[in-house]
Amino acid sequence: MTEHIVSAFDAELKELGRKVVEMGGQAERLVADSVLSLIRRDSTMAQRVVLLDATIDHLQREIEDKAVLVIAKRQPMAVDLRDIVATLRISNDLERIGDLAKNVAKRVLAIESEYHPQKLVRGVEHMSDLVLEQMKEVLDAYAGRDAEKAMGVWRKDASVDTMYTSLFRELLTYMMEDPRNISVCTHLLFCAKNIERIGDHSTNVAETVYYMVTGQMITDTRPKADETSETTVAFPPRSVEG
Amino acid sequence: MTSAVDPTFNLSSAVAAKPGAVETPTKIQVNKLNFYYGQNHALKNINFTIPEKRVTAMIGPSGCGKSTLLRVFNRMYDLYPGQRAEGEVMFDGVNVVGKELDSTVVRSRIGMVFQKPTPFPMSIYDNIAFGVRLHESLNKAQMDERVESCLRKAAIWEETKDRLHTSALGMSGGQQQRLCIARTIAVRPEVILLDEPTSALDPISTSKIEDLIDELKQEFTIVIVTHNMQQAARCADRTAFFYLGELVEVGPSDVIFTNPKEIKTRDYITGRFG
Repeated sequence: MTEHIVSAFDAELKELGRKVVEMGGQAERLVADSVLSLIRRDSTMAQRVVLLDATIDHLQREIEDKAVLVIAKRQPMAVDLRDIVATLRISNDLERIGDLAKNVAKRVLAIESEYHPQKLVRGVEHMSDLVLEQMKEVLDAYAGRDAEKAMGVWRKDASVDTMYTSLFRELLTYMMEDPRNISVCTHLLFCAKNIERIGDHSTNVAETVYYMVTGQMITDTRPKADETSETTVAFPPRSVEG
Repeated sequence: MTSAVDPTFNLSSAVAAKPGAVETPTKIQVNKLNFYYGQNHALKNINFTIPEKRVTAMIGPSGCGKSTLLRVFNRMYDLYPGQRAEGEVMFDGVNVVGKELDSTVVRSRIGMVFQKPTPFPMSIYDNIAFGVRLHESLNKAQMDERVESCLRKAAIWEETKDRLHTSALGMSGGQQQRLCIARTIAVRPEVILLDEPTSALDPISTSKIEDLIDELKQEFTIVIVTHNMQQAARCADRTAFFYLGELVEVGPSDVIFTNPKEIKTRDYITGRFG
């Protein structure tokens, strides 16, 4: 795109975009590290995630301040206005993603000393792989102003939901089998829920990128496959002792 | 339990109910209009409509033809030799640029306010009464009433009611401009053309004029030429972008200023024009 007559305006917009990308990178790392700390049962790493969330919060405030100032000074129009609105919205979503990663890390610390059913931890890992892929794609779409790529991310969210629903079932089953699993499974359930929410925030970002580039809102209904609200698992029949 | 949501409620009709979003009949229709200043082809094949009781803004860089178009609407170019218009400007079924039409009649129905306030060197009262006397014969009481109602509509009555018979030249720029608007509406036009009405005014006077424009569109069709993009976005229901004598894009202001279709429009409103 051609540049503004006022070159300082270009510099400000670029700076904002760079900050969002930086924030996106940090959020990605936080999510990856939080899940890694769960898999490795690495409490040092988990603690670091908890601490590092503050830098994301700080970046968000910085972006917000700068964006408000640009609006006040430049009175942006059309594509510039959408750009700044996108900056604000995306930084909000990324900040929430940071919070959710931090929450996963806190749970890692809570279940530190307990038995971790590996199969379920792997389930959480698979989900997070998919979500991290979504985050990466959507941040690329933002940096490259690629509406098609954003739409691709948007369409794929349903697969995260599907994984979450099946993990939910499995966790319930585990809890039923042995009440000693309840503590760990509940925490894992929340971890899974957090990661599913991170997927939703990535989908929000995809919608924002689409709006930023095209000026249109995505009006279709989001593909959803989170059925956990309607999911129950029946108790297995009690084995007859004999 | 019944649902609180009205099943007949639909979002698009709620959006359409916003004032300004409802379509009104066409007040002025421009068909294949070309305009020449001697050899200079200033407006090139313009086709566009102005809806009734709505504010239409015309934006574009200097020399793009927007003021020329405004001048065509009330036959201002008649005053200058060598300037001619071809095509049609249909105003309530009559072609404004047709030779048969008397330009003073056109101007009483299509009033104009200029960039710099142009009060006549006479009292505030007479500034208003002057134009009225050309078209109507009112007695003193009727004239007093007309002057008061126009000054009220132009939101300047409170400031002027105690000094109606002092010179209009003693007023501030913002007051003078509102007086000019009062003078324009005194002859009861149907359309008001505003040519950069606030470019010489301070921000507070500008806000007062913008507030006034919002009021006046209840009664009049308004066309405003402005260099202030935010002003167009704030005041106008529709915005037209002109460039090098051509109409590049016209549409609802909400769309033009957030998601224009044409690259030229986008570059202009975002300040990327080379």
